[in-house]
Formats: sequence, C-alpha cells, structure tokens
Amino acid sequence: MSVNHAQRVDLEVIAGLIPPQSRVLDVGSGDGLLLELLQETKQVDGRGLELSQRGVNECVSRGLSVIQGDADKDLEFYPDKGFDFVVLSQTMQATRNPKLVLDELLRIGKRAIVSFPNFGHWRVRLSLFVKGRMPVTKDLPYSWYDTPNIHFCTIRDFVNLCDELGATVEKATALDANGQKIGLSMPWWFWNFFGQQAVFLLRR
Amino acid sequence: MVALRAGKTNNEADEPSSPVLRFGADKPLKLDAGTLLSPFQIAYQTYGTLNDARSNAILVCHALTGDQHVANTNPVTGKPGWWEVLIGPGKIIDTSRFFVICSNVIGGCLGSTGPASTNPATGKPYGLDLPVITIRDMVRAQLMLIDHFGIEKLFCVLGGSMGGMQVLQWASSYPERVFSALPIATGARHSSQNIAFHEVGRQAVMADPEWHGGKYFDYGRRPEKGLAVARMAAHITYLSEAALHRKFGRNLQDREALTFGFDADFQIESYLRHQGMTFVDRFDANSYLYMTRSMDYFDLAADHGGRLADAFAGTRTRFCLVSFTSDWLFPTEESRTIVHALNAAGASVSFVEIDTDRGHDAFLLDEPELFAAINGFIGSAARARGLST
Repeated sequence: MSVNHAQRVDLEVIAGLIPPQSRVLDVGSGDGLLLELLQETKQVDGRGLELSQRGVNECVSRGLSVIQGDADKDLEFYPDKGFDFVVLSQTMQATRNPKLVLDELLRIGKRAIVSFPNFGHWRVRLSLFVKGRMPVTKDLPYSWYDTPNIHFCTIRDFVNLCDELGATVEKATALDANGQKIGLSMPWWFWNFFGQQAVFLLRR
Repeated sequence: MVALRAGKTNNEADEPSSPVLRFGADKPLKLDAGTLLSPFQIAYQTYGTLNDARSNAILVCHALTGDQHVANTNPVTGKPGWWEVLIGPGKIIDTSRFFVICSNVIGGCLGSTGPASTNPATGKPYGLDLPVITIRDMVRAQLMLIDHFGIEKLFCVLGGSMGGMQVLQWASSYPERVFSALPIATGARHSSQNIAFHEVGRQAVMADPEWHGGKYFDYGRRPEKGLAVARMAAHITYLSEAALHRKFGRNLQDREALTFGFDADFQIESYLRHQGMTFVDRFDANSYLYMTRSMDYFDLAADHGGRLADAFAGTRTRFCLVSFTSDWLFPTEESRTIVHALNAAGASVSFVEIDTDRGHDAFLLDEPELFAAINGFIGSAARARGLST
C-alpha cells in the first residue's frame, strides 16, 4: 500500500465513510490510490473515471476497473443511483462546471462524497491579504497561470452550493494542516478558517 | 508446410491439420440468413489444460484473415502463431495456467465450414452457395464448441478487430457464459468508411476473370490478382500514415533513381505487392468475401432497437476495452461508444487507449502498454474468479 498518509489523509477519511462491499465510482481516480485502498480494506466493487490517459493505463495495469473520461462530459452516461457512493476527491476544483458535476454525482450515487481544498483557510487568506499574491503552498503548488484548479471554493461556498442543489449534508469533516480532524462542535466559521481541506458526505 | 491447393479442393478446408469437431444432421447451425447449415465442422486449437472446475478457459477470437493457429506454428505459412507474443507458457496469457481455445470461424478457410469446404450436396466446394455468415453465426458455432468441452462459463473471451466484434457478440448473446471480455481495436458496428474499404476489396476479387462467379475451383484456377489487390488496399488501412512514413518514407526499392515506368520504384509499393502475394498463398478468395461481409453486417445496437446499452443490459461480465491512437479503422471513439453503453448498463468496465503510431495492427504487435493492460485485467479477473496464480 503506497498511500502517502501525510498528503492524502482525506482518502482515509473517505474510506471511513464507506461500508464494506459497497459499489463505488471514483471520479478523478488519478493513479488509483483510493480505489486500491477501498478494494483492500473494504472489498468494494470499485470503478474509476480518470482524465489522464497515463493514470488510466497505470490503474488498469494494476487490475483496477478504470476508464478514461471527463467528469464534465462523461457522467451523463451513468444510470441513476447505479452506485452506493460516488467519490470526487480533490477533483472538483479542476472541473469546468462543478455545479453540474455535483448534480450528476447526486444523481448517479445514492450518496456522494466530495473532498476539496478549502480556499478559506487562513494561510490562503494571509497570502492574499499580506502578500497580495495568489497562494502557492505545498498543497496547492501551482502558479495561477498553470494551475489545473480553476474553480476553488471555501467550505462556506460549498455548503451554499449544496443548499442550492437540494443536497443534504449527512456528515462533514474538516482537516487542519496536520491532517487532524477539527472538532465537530466548532462552528462553520472556525472550520472555514482552520480547515485546510474538507470531506463532505451528501445525499439527495 | 501445407499449401492451399490450387486445384479442386483445399486440403486445410476439409481435412485441416487441427483437431476438428463435426456436427451431423442432428446438430445444425442456425444461421442469421434464415437457413440451417448442416453438416458443418469447426477446426480448433487448444493450449494448456482445462482445470477440474473448468473455470480457466480462455477463448481467443481471430480477426478477418486470422485463423485458429494463435500460438503454434502455422501449418500453411510455417510462421509463428499470430498472437505468440501474448499467448504461451509463461507469457501474459500463460498457457501453463489457462486453457486457451481458438477456433477457425465459420466462413473461414482453415478447416471450419466455409466457402472452400466441400458442399456435401454437390461434392464440390460451396463457393457462393454458402449462405452469408454473420458474426453472430460465428459465435453461435463457438458456443457449440464450448459446450462440447463442457465449459459452463468462459473465464475470458478476447480478440481484436473482427475478433473483438465476436467478443462483444459473446458478451451480449451469452452474458452468463462470459466472466470477462477483452475486445481490442474494435467497434460495435462497422462504419460506412469500413464498409467502403471492404467493398473495394470485394470488387477487386470479383473483377478478376479467374474468379468465375465464385466457381474458380471448377476451373482449377484462383483469382490471385484480385485477392492480392484487395489485400494491398486493406493492408494500408491496418497501418497509419505516420508508421508508413517512418518505415518507408519515399525510399526507392533497390534502385538509385526513378525509372519512369510502373515497376515498384518505391519501397512501399514493393512492400504492398509482397503483402498481396503472400496473402493469396494462404487465403481463399471467397472466404475473404464472406469474412468482410460478416463485419459489414455487424451492428450490435441495431439488434437491440438502436440502443447499444440494451445489448448489455444486466450484464455481470467484466470488460476491458483497448484502442490505439493511430487506428483509423476503429478509432478510439468507437471504443468510447461501447464504454458509454457499458456504463449506462452499469457494467464493470476498464478502457485503455494506447499511444502508438502503429495503427490498427498494433494489437498484433509487441506493445508493452497493451500487455500491461491485459496483464492487469486478466490478473484481477483471475483473483475475482478464484483462480490460483
């Protein structure tokens, strides 16, 4: 198992939300880390959709059931409620139409799990406020002109979008810079300030 | 080495070097043309051993001009089997682990009943008296072969091009008999452009005076020139512009300058002529007509009210599709259409597009990425099927 715990602690949080033997679609499955984790620890029936051909070929050669496709275009081909869970981990900010993608996730999956970097994190705010520069951190290493991440949002923005789409937030977790869960009792503004990334479990 | 006989009948067609399964009057083959084919026979090759549970069988479906000699020296050409790079002891498809079956398709010319086979009603080759054969007919015959082996469920059915069409037909017609399916460089229907290429090939054969309305056997002749031209045209479609340029460019063939004539000045001309000439030594012209027709008629969606997803409704089969970037006969979009249909049907599907300039024929070549994909897919399917490594 090659999951880099420091970097992708959200994967463990996601895996914790998924019961064994579930049918799972991982949208933006990358090199297949989450699918592999879910197959080994939860014996899920897992599928992946990944944009990069290299990622796909790598996944398939490791025995994962992954196809090349675009979250913005190819989700329409999946039937309603065909999966127990549809996961969008650290991918939403790279889609052209996050609202449409989220809508599709809620259609295809009985539940949707979305993890994303929080653009409301204090470091991001500080970078803009103090330096007046678009933030470049070790988690968001791209410059503004070459980033694939075209639709950043804050935790608050995301909660609003869920409301707009009529999605119910069943569970939400914010992780701080050390990958530690932020206490559940904390208010949204606190999460929005100290959460470096967030994981949401949604249904409609 | 056995040559196709230019005379009355073709040895390999009636008495092939392969094992043959013969079906008598009690077991006719139902054809899509609306008639029964009986008697008929299937020539096949097997490699490896069927396990006690009969769960380790892999059926390989051959392409247009392929045959059952997938992993042994071809008795007609003396060349290695057409997929020996992939199949054999210790190879990606390991015959010390799997029981591999490959049969000559119905309509072929290497021992399964086809136009070169003797028509029992006349004692002469069928020629065009054989009904047109479809991909579904080929698969129906293969099912009878699989039943003969007592195999309830094939572990995997795989093939490229026309072989891939058979794989799709298997998965659609007999989903409960196919655990995993690996269609490569193929489509769920033959495109208009592909039908056009085939028509050119058929017209070349039929324009050869030696074709004699398909009864060339009666004259002790064969339409070699027509068939060679058909093969030359088809061969271009199996390659790519980039690969042709890389291999041949505008290089001259054994000469310093243009000859201002119509000899093979260019290497590519010489190469194509060679391809055409060697092909006629191993293939029956009428069979070429039947094979191309079977592909033209293939349209899996049309068989299901125009909705391809319905061809796979409720399937439990695990799929892996492969396409090649430079394949202009079956471009990636053809595979993607199938992938979308399989997604709509809720099927388990992997899809790999491989970056290569080697065109459609890449599936027959040593393509490391293709092998890695097949290896990963077969490996995970074997684990799911409970087959030991």
